[in-house]
Amino acid sequence: MAIAGPARLTRAPSVARPDAAGRPPRVGDTPLVRRALIGFVVVVGALLVVAPLVVILVTAFSAGWGGAVAAISHPDTLHAIGLTVATALVAVPVNTAFGIAAAWAITKFDFWGKRALLVLIEIPFSVSPVVAGVAYLFVYGLQGLFGPALQAADVKILFALPGIILASMFVTAPFVVRELVPLMQAQGRDVEEAAVSLGASGWRTFMSVTLPNIRWALLYGVVLCNARVMGEFGAVSVVSGNIRGQTNTLPLHIELLYHDYQTAGAFAAASILALLAVVTIIAKALMERQMPR
Amino acid sequence: MARRHVLPGFGLTLGITLFYVGLIIVLPLAALAVKAASLGFEDYWRVVSSARAVASYRVTVLSALAATAFNVVFGLALAWVLVRYRFPGRQIVDALVDVPFALPTAVAGIALTTLFAPSGWFGAPLSAIGVTVAYTPLGIMIAMAFTSLPFIVRTVQPVLEDLDPAAEEAGRVLGARDGTIARKIIFPEIAPALITGASLAFARSLGEFGAIIFIAGNQPNRTEITALLAFIRLEEFDYPAAAAIASALLLAAFAILAFTGALNAVATRHLER
Repeated sequence: MAIAGPARLTRAPSVARPDAAGRPPRVGDTPLVRRALIGFVVVVGALLVVAPLVVILVTAFSAGWGGAVAAISHPDTLHAIGLTVATALVAVPVNTAFGIAAAWAITKFDFWGKRALLVLIEIPFSVSPVVAGVAYLFVYGLQGLFGPALQAADVKILFALPGIILASMFVTAPFVVRELVPLMQAQGRDVEEAAVSLGASGWRTFMSVTLPNIRWALLYGVVLCNARVMGEFGAVSVVSGNIRGQTNTLPLHIELLYHDYQTAGAFAAASILALLAVVTIIAKALMERQMPR
Repeated sequence: MARRHVLPGFGLTLGITLFYVGLIIVLPLAALAVKAASLGFEDYWRVVSSARAVASYRVTVLSALAATAFNVVFGLALAWVLVRYRFPGRQIVDALVDVPFALPTAVAGIALTTLFAPSGWFGAPLSAIGVTVAYTPLGIMIAMAFTSLPFIVRTVQPVLEDLDPAAEEAGRVLGARDGTIARKIIFPEIAPALITGASLAFARSLGEFGAIIFIAGNQPNRTEITALLAFIRLEEFDYPAAAAIASALLLAAFAILAFTGALNAVATRHLER
């Protein structure tokens, strides 16, 4: 990489000069610009990004360890945690399977409409979660396409776990595909074609040729998908009905506690999700080192 | 052209993909479109052009524009610092960029509200100098800026990394100052990525819900965002109005998507030439 090494950090010259390795200076390498930009970024970043994380922890433990533990172990909070985990246990594996299938079809074959398919898959990134929730209401709700038939058959989808899972699957549908497609595109088809021509079955080819090459990108997509499923608020808020102790996922339960002026309890519950976010970010950083760039 | 596929699994994987995309993505959006269309033009127009709806577009779009403008400056500076400089803690700053992606929006919402409430860490000093953030459009803007920050950084960062130092050197050899090189050589190279990142951030801001509703105060005609108005119409069991407002948001999202797509197509053609 053509960027100055640590030698520059200890003895910054007053004017941009060639560095120890003899590389010419680059734009913005003067100490003044450098310090000003790093200072600006670190200060604004601390105020905008770090402060929210800190305030969550401080408020969560404002009533002491006991208060936080009591808030988290309240039956309604435990139920919300269970519901969130159950949603992720269905939505994440389904989206992973979909992501692998879609990436295989898109990168290993040429067919008409491939670009349009990719655009369709990425739509959930641009659509407001509230819009997604409203849209699901018009499919499975009483006002919707299948609502009357579902009611006649006594099948509950909305305001119940299946609706929460469906809305979460919509929001996170592109997560795994987006990580796999660029990588599998870059890797081409030669190795798989060689394996098949040597007599390997499709499944065998995928498991022992493709999967080892994409495992980090796959895991990366799964981790991000899981974080989003567990934290989804807008879409789930519309389809869940917000029934306390029944259809409240953890983010919805946090909203309920917050509006009930149980601030410490809300933040104690929020600190679980903040912890999940921190673990997700650390896992992401570790996996990025494993992936070739 | 009927060429036999070398690799197996085409029918199976494409079948799964089309079924899933159809069931999970296309069907609900189509149902929403059908519902909105069933209103008829006059009723639809009456809902989406009502004073309260228009006020919500105003505050949503203006806040999203302000948040995007802020992130164009801050996100670009952040990407620049991460790519160009080596300093202690750089990897931590890099990881922190992903916090808004990973932190659930509702959690971000209550955290920002607590920080900026009149008694909060930031709110108290700010209100001492007469600035109110919580329950004003400024609060909406800050929540949007928070959630959409990674879009600009992560779009611009790889392009900055791939910049060819030779072009900069050539500029310097020809006697250009840093400012001129930045403006005439570097900026044109990263402009497409910056615009793409900005439209992604703007789209995300328009649709954002969880991070905003806590800090916004949600006063009709003043700090009520469009996504919340759709939600409120739903809670009032006014399903046609909810469908109309949600479909307006959906159309806006598609318009931004088409804009970004067209822009990328132009940029790609420009680079290939």
